[in-house]
This record gives sequence, C-alpha cells and structure tokens, in this order.
Amino acid sequence: MPDRRSFLQSALAVVGATQVPAATAATPTAAPAAPAAPPRPVRLDINGREYSLSLEPRVTLLDALREHIGLTGTKKGCDRGQCGACTVLADGRRINACLTLAVMHEGQRITTIEGLAQGDTLSPMQQAFLEHDAFQCGYCTPGQICSATAMLDEVRADGAGFTDDEIRERMSGNICRCGAYPNIVAAIRGVALRRS
Amino acid sequence: MQSIYYERARDPEEALRLAQQDGARFIGGGTNLLDLMKGDVEHPLRLVDITRAGLDRIEELPGGGLRIGAAVRNADAARHAAVRERYPLLAQAMLSGASAQLRNMATMGGNLMQRTRCPYFTDTAFSHCNKRQPGSGCDAREGFQRMHAILGASAACVAVNPSDMSVALAALDAVVLLRGPQGHREIALGDFHRLPGDTPQRDTVLQPGELIVAIDLPPSRMARHSHYLKLRDRASYAFALVSVAAALDMDAGTVRDARIALGGVAHKPWRRPEAEALLKGRPLDDAQCRAAAQRLLEGAQPLEGNRFKVELAQRAIVRALRIAGEGA
Repeated sequence: MPDRRSFLQSALAVVGATQVPAATAATPTAAPAAPAAPPRPVRLDINGREYSLSLEPRVTLLDALREHIGLTGTKKGCDRGQCGACTVLADGRRINACLTLAVMHEGQRITTIEGLAQGDTLSPMQQAFLEHDAFQCGYCTPGQICSATAMLDEVRADGAGFTDDEIRERMSGNICRCGAYPNIVAAIRGVALRRS
Repeated sequence: MQSIYYERARDPEEALRLAQQDGARFIGGGTNLLDLMKGDVEHPLRLVDITRAGLDRIEELPGGGLRIGAAVRNADAARHAAVRERYPLLAQAMLSGASAQLRNMATMGGNLMQRTRCPYFTDTAFSHCNKRQPGSGCDAREGFQRMHAILGASAACVAVNPSDMSVALAALDAVVLLRGPQGHREIALGDFHRLPGDTPQRDTVLQPGELIVAIDLPPSRMARHSHYLKLRDRASYAFALVSVAAALDMDAGTVRDARIALGGVAHKPWRRPEAEALLKGRPLDDAQCRAAAQRLLEGAQPLEGNRFKVELAQRAIVRALRIAGEGA
C-alpha cells in the first residue's frame, strides 16, 4: 500500500506541476501578490495522540490528517463540503474536515475512523456496517461511519426517534455513489435499536 | 488555495484591531469562505478567527427576547431550548439548510454573510459575473436560471441569497448587532442584505472592518403558529427553489398579525408589509392567503428559465400559511 500510495502521489505531483502555468494563465481573477505565510507550529490531538506539526495556515484539517500525519482513513471526495467523505469528529461533533483549517482545531479532540476501534475490537457502528454489508466500493464508508456515530448522540440529545426517514434526513450530508443507502440505514438502525 | 495568514482573536476588540490589516477577513465556521477560496472566488490575505472571541453565547433579553451570539454554531442555536420553544420557525429553517456536518461548523454571523450559490458566480470558468468581477457582465442572464431571482433583481445581477436562516430571521423581525471602528450599530434584518442594483458585489450593508457580534430576536407571539416550508430539487441537503417563512398571531381563528418572508426568489429575504396586512383581522382562509401571496409576488420579473417560480411561490405561501394556521 505505501508503494501504490507514493506512486500515486508522485504521479499526481507531475500532473500538478505541468498544469500550473495553464491554470494561472486561465485565471484573470488571481489574487494580488503577497508574501506567502510561513509554516507555524500547530498542535493537534488526533485519536488521543498529540501531534506537533509545522503547517502553513492554509492547510485544511483533511490535508493535515492525510498528507502530514499519514492518517489516510479520512477520505477526500469533493474537497468542497458536498459529499461528506471527509467527516471526522471534533469534540464528538461531526464536521467536514475539508472545509476547515487544521490550525482552527488546536485544543480540540479530533477523532477519525482510525480512532473508533478499541485495538482489534471494532466500534458498534463499524461492526454493524460489516454485518449489514453497508458499502460497495468503500470510499465514502469512513465518513459514513464517523457521521453515523455522532448522529446517534444527536438524535438522543434531540429526543427524536430512529425512524428510517429520520436517519436518512440526518445522514443526508454523506453521499454514496454506489447507492448503498438501504444497508447504511439498516446498519445505523441496528446500532440505535441495540443501544436504546 | 492561496497562501493566507491566520490569527485568532480572544475578544471582539482584538478581532476589530486585527481586521484593520490589509486584506483581512473574519472567519467563523469557514464553510462558505474556504470553499470560495478554493474556487479562486475569494482572496483574503489574512483570516481573523472569531470563534473563540466570546461571541458564542445565547442570552435572555429583558422583555422576553433572545440574543444569539454571532459565533454560535447553527446546530447549537437550532437545538437550544429557548429557540425551539419560542422561535421554532428559526430552528426549523436552520435545520432545513445544509447538512448536519455543515450546521455543526457554520456560525450565525457567517450564515448571514454567506454568498450566493449562483454557479456563474462560484465557477470562475464563466467569465462574466458582475458580483465577482464588477463590470464584466452576467452569464446567468443567458444561462441556466432555475435557481435565480424573480423579484428585486437588476440588469447587473439575478443572483439569490441562499440562506434559510435569514428568511426566518426576516419573518421574526430580528436585528443584527454590529461593532466597528466607529462603534456599535443595529440594523433590522430586512435592511441588512441589499438588492443588487448596479453594485451586486455588495451583498450586505456591512462596512469594511465591521463585525457582526449578535442577532437579537424580539419577543414573539407567533411561536405556536409558524411554519418554514422549503421546496427543492431533492428531499434534503439542497438549496431552496422557493422557501416560505410564515408566522401568525392567531386569536380564536382570526389573524391578529402575520409575517411572510420568501427565500430563493431574491437577493435578500423578500417581505412586504402590505401583503401581511391583507391577512390581519380576518379568519385565515385560502382566498385571503392567495390574495396575500399575489401581493407578495407583485411585480415579479421571472427569467425564461424560472417562470415556474412565480406560481410555485404563491402556492407555497398558501400552503405554509395553512400549516402555520393549524398550529403546533
């Protein structure tokens, strides 16, 4: 897996490099030239572990996780807050890691898909996704599971019920292109009923 | 995304001071601003984070109103007991917007400041947008217009304000509290957003360096009879084609007072006191609701691609009023 990943990264870097001049030329609204903001120390608590990083302020939480810390479980789908693949928990609340800066999360407890299991014991939601076959390609799955984990707490706090409609509405920020929705709803319903 | 400086303000005074620097912008949840920065639409040089500046409280106001701090997250405001009980219209509108993740991030002030989702504005592949590049023209005029304005638009811009929250706030007569280098000022929500006119690059009356510190809700007698109806192209997680915030003060079947605000139809939440006045002092019947709806839509100038919105909006108003009238 490291081989495939580093190959992809270097391949992407080459593609990116060749595209830079064209992209710049095609952008009439380019920003006024300004000195680049230097990296700064950023301390993040990810899955109970403290990370001392040096990041440019523009680095999103998603890129910090994937590119700087090496936690690639959190996925980059649209990178624009539309698909939910990057969902992580900040102090237990689900957020889109792509639309927030890493530096904005100092002092919070960040939980990613890698932090849900206890050693080799999967979390109830992870286990339920397996049991209900709640995925096909799996790309949206880490985001779905993080989102669903936080959703259970939200439903309880709101005193709402676990109807399928309620689950669908509350999970609408996580898109699944394979269309595994029926089994995703079933997995979440299963955990909710077991817990209540 | 371009390079940016980042500073975290500890209180509003520090935020105002930091915002004096060249190219500075406030950031709350960042869900709209960072998206537009990635899309090369917004180009701040430095961001001043106001989420830890003590603006995240919800407080009772003397007389029965509520003050919601600018940095309160949309999800927290919608879940707050006083909002749910006394301003269910606001809670309902906020919960109909975006996704749970985005509502956990987005702030009240940031929601007020969110920019149009007109694709000709957000996608720089389109070269004519007077909002993004003043004087460049408007590709939406000849484009795909399903999501565009039918009221209050100008030759320069047909974009709509995308906020659900603001539509409810308009119906609730909310007031926006601002602080700037020159001191405090208060602006009625209905005057906060602008019509595009010849300067569509300006969405609001906020001046450079000014900071939204809170939103005040006056006491409301309409909590029991209110409804937010949102019509969209999919059941959840989509912007409104048309939305209606309807609120009634009912006295044994007779309308004592009424508020109707429309979303998805203009550059700002759309209200007309004359339309609301048509409902006052009468029983709530469909004919009267229809008359109010017609008055609110009077002067509509739809584009080729959104003619359906004129009728859709009127039917939505009638339905929202009927549901509001039935009561909680």
